[in-house]
Amino acid sequence: MATPRSLARSLQSFQISSFQSIAQLSRPALSSRGKIRSNSPLLCRPRIGASLLRQFSTSPLRQHGHIHPPKPGEELYVTFIDKEGKEHKVAVSKGDNLLDIAQAHDLEMEGACGGSCACSTCHIIVTDEGYYEKMPEPEDDENDMLDLAFGLTETSRLGCQVIMTKELDGLKVKLPSMTRNLQASDFGSKS
Amino acid sequence: MASIAKSWLCASCRRKTSVSLAAKSRYSYSTASRHDRPLRMAVVGSGPAGFYTAYRVMSKVPKTKVDMFEALPVPYGLVRFGVAPDHPEVKNCQEKFQEVASSPDFTFIGNVSIGNTGGHFAGCTIPLASVLHHYDAIVFAYGASKDKKLGIPGESGLQGIYSAREFVGWYNGLPEYAGLAPDLTKGDEAVIIGQGNVALDVARMLLENVDVLRKSDITEAAIEALLKSRIKRVHIVGRRGPMQAAFTIKEVRELMKLNRVGFHDIDMSLMPDEISKLPRARRRLMEIMMKGSTANVDEALKSWSLDFCLSPTEFLGRPDRSLESTVFERTLLSSPFDPSSSVASTTEKLTIPSSVAFRSIGYKSVALPGFDEAGISFNDRKGIIDNDGMGRVLQINKDESSGSHLPGVYCAGWVKRGPTGVIASTMEDAFSTGDAIASDWNSAAPFIKGESSSGWEALRAGVEHGKCKVITWEDWQKIDKAEKERGLLAGKEREKFTSTKEMLAAAS
Ligand SMILES: Cc1cc2nc3c(=O)[nH]c(=O)nc-3n(C[C@H](O)[C@H](O)[C@H](O)COP(=O)(O)OP(=O)(O)OC[C@H]3O[C@@H](n4cnc5c(N)ncnc54)[C@H](O)[C@@H]3O)c2cc1C
Ligand SMILES: NC(=O)c1ccc[n+]([C@@H]2O[C@H](COP(=O)([O-])OP(=O)(O)OC[C@H]3O[C@@H](n4cnc5c(N)ncnc54)[C@H](OP(=O)(O)O)[C@@H]3O)[C@@H](O)[C@H]2O)c1
Ligand code: FES
Repeated sequence: MATPRSLARSLQSFQISSFQSIAQLSRPALSSRGKIRSNSPLLCRPRIGASLLRQFSTSPLRQHGHIHPPKPGEELYVTFIDKEGKEHKVAVSKGDNLLDIAQAHDLEMEGACGGSCACSTCHIIVTDEGYYEKMPEPEDDENDMLDLAFGLTETSRLGCQVIMTKELDGLKVKLPSMTRNLQASDFGSKS
Repeated sequence: MASIAKSWLCASCRRKTSVSLAAKSRYSYSTASRHDRPLRMAVVGSGPAGFYTAYRVMSKVPKTKVDMFEALPVPYGLVRFGVAPDHPEVKNCQEKFQEVASSPDFTFIGNVSIGNTGGHFAGCTIPLASVLHHYDAIVFAYGASKDKKLGIPGESGLQGIYSAREFVGWYNGLPEYAGLAPDLTKGDEAVIIGQGNVALDVARMLLENVDVLRKSDITEAAIEALLKSRIKRVHIVGRRGPMQAAFTIKEVRELMKLNRVGFHDIDMSLMPDEISKLPRARRRLMEIMMKGSTANVDEALKSWSLDFCLSPTEFLGRPDRSLESTVFERTLLSSPFDPSSSVASTTEKLTIPSSVAFRSIGYKSVALPGFDEAGISFNDRKGIIDNDGMGRVLQINKDESSGSHLPGVYCAGWVKRGPTGVIASTMEDAFSTGDAIASDWNSAAPFIKGESSSGWEALRAGVEHGKCKVITWEDWQKIDKAEKERGLLAGKEREKFTSTKEMLAAAS
């Protein structure tokens, strides 16, 4: 195929959406926002980050990302270990990806490109090699972005590309630190 | 473009500024009961660094009030004017920026440049000293508004030599370069100097099928010029080797996969023998260069190559002053397989015919007028504001030693770190600046003690009095909507306005 995948993905499917963020609803006279939507099954859609909205608005209307609440008896469990080493075990549904799940639970995962495999800010590290092996192999696109991820490990993945399945029930992943510790030598010297 | 910039000072600032500037004194600072009131912060620049810093501070210091100044009428910096039009997914970070801007504690102040002397910015200008009088903290996130030069004969005198910044700005609708009109019809060979990702963006624009590009938000003028382009052969030339190249794999893969575009084999003598033993990222990058393109060069419509170990020495012109060729000197790598290897020059020359040449050797930040007076230390050689690595700006020191932190003054993004790094690294860097501000505010660290901390409320009367149009976030949304509507008509995502005049008209 001639068309680069990324372009085809976003351009074929762009549409103007009338969706407004909750924070925007509190402001008058706002126009609807245009969004580039993707309809590839591999990709999740851009979402509204939850943490900032919580800061700005106490509205009970606040939505969680684009995840599906698990049906009773069909819960799968995934544990996120945050930067402070704290564990967060959450019940999720089959089919949701780790970026959406993390954001819906206010865990610090940026997802700057909205899950389009174009930024590497959703980097996660699978703690157990066994689980890593159970995941479908990363595509070239994902590996290309992983190559740029800070602190890449043998069991690194992009959260937006990992989709929960029954086999992954009990998965544990670490969120690597996003702010790298700059070396004094990088700066400091005034030459 | 002639500047119609209007500079102004509010009455109290005029008094203060003339005193403080004349005395060249540093402004004073406070540690007074700041926890009784919200932090008032000015951000200069609305690119990723500005927005991610604002986001971080607003999340960590409740009720922080942010005023973001942007010289252009439209936000997002290089996300709008740098990122290639065929990479719309990269621009999804704008979602987060919109979310930040929708906070009642955030004010966007577009078409207002801080301390800019005029240049191409046609809007309002507020002197830096005035801003400092009305905030607790200021964050410089104004990016890199110039580019590096080669400094070789012919570079400025011949037609057909463009900087990547000009060319990228032109196809992305940056008002400064709306009139660039690059001539791509003079011949079929193009040379791009530099092997970073910007060079690959430029190459892709020249090689890509225009029908693919026309659905993106690339400007109509660019589509027209690219339709007429005769360029068939693109040389991307680096002064070092493949192991030292600055580009990344995703961008190389994209070029390798272009329909009916062939890649000429690379010079294998520069490849290490045991590729499989390289660290993962280098190994994958070497493999893809060795594997080459999907299309066969002999059957392809257009082709490209990565030409290594060539340093430009001269541009040669025809009698009519148009570019004819570029002369390079072969270089010798001191340690060919070491990614940080240096090169030495040789006497061997090589001339590549080139009807057009692009200089893609990096952007460059410059100091803002008013830095000296404010005591802000700018490193001209590195093109960054001197800082402690966490974004705390250092004071000018007469004795040339590293200065101490200038209270309340911070920087983030390309102006902090230099003009490299993708949005993810700019974000990391902005977060570290945000963390520094939050931790300073929550400790006893001093901040700016100005006239007041009433920010934009104190400044706005003067700006509006100057009769120049300030663009609010709602105004930008009107511009945004109008651009999308124009796009819909043209069957593309967005048709950008390419002059500030049109932008202002759409906002009113
Ligand atoms: C051609 C190109 C393509 C790129 N493509 C990608 C990509 O595909 N993916 C990726 O991850 N990264 C990409 N990058 C890198 C990315 O754009 C940068 O990391 C990022 O934009 C830097 O952010 P910044 O906020 O420091 O600067 P900028 O984005 O440049 O923002 C600075 C802002 O400050 C404003 N300003 C300047 N002077 C003043 C003043 N005096 N007063 C007020 N405002 C002022 C400017 O108008 C601008 O809006 C690309 C860069 C370039 C050059
Ligand atoms: N798709 C993307 O993700 C994307 C797209 C565009 C840009 N970006 C990012 O934006 C940043 C800026 O990109 P960039 O391409 O402008 O800069 P860059 O990555 O720093 O590359 C600059 C290139 O110019 C060369 N160069 C510098 N001075 C030279 C001289 N005097 N003579 C000859 N060659 C010279 C460098 O070679 P040496 O190594 O020998 O110095 C290097 O090859 C990068 O971090 C890039 O990754 C990302
Ligand atoms: S969110 Fe950008 S790569 Fe996953």
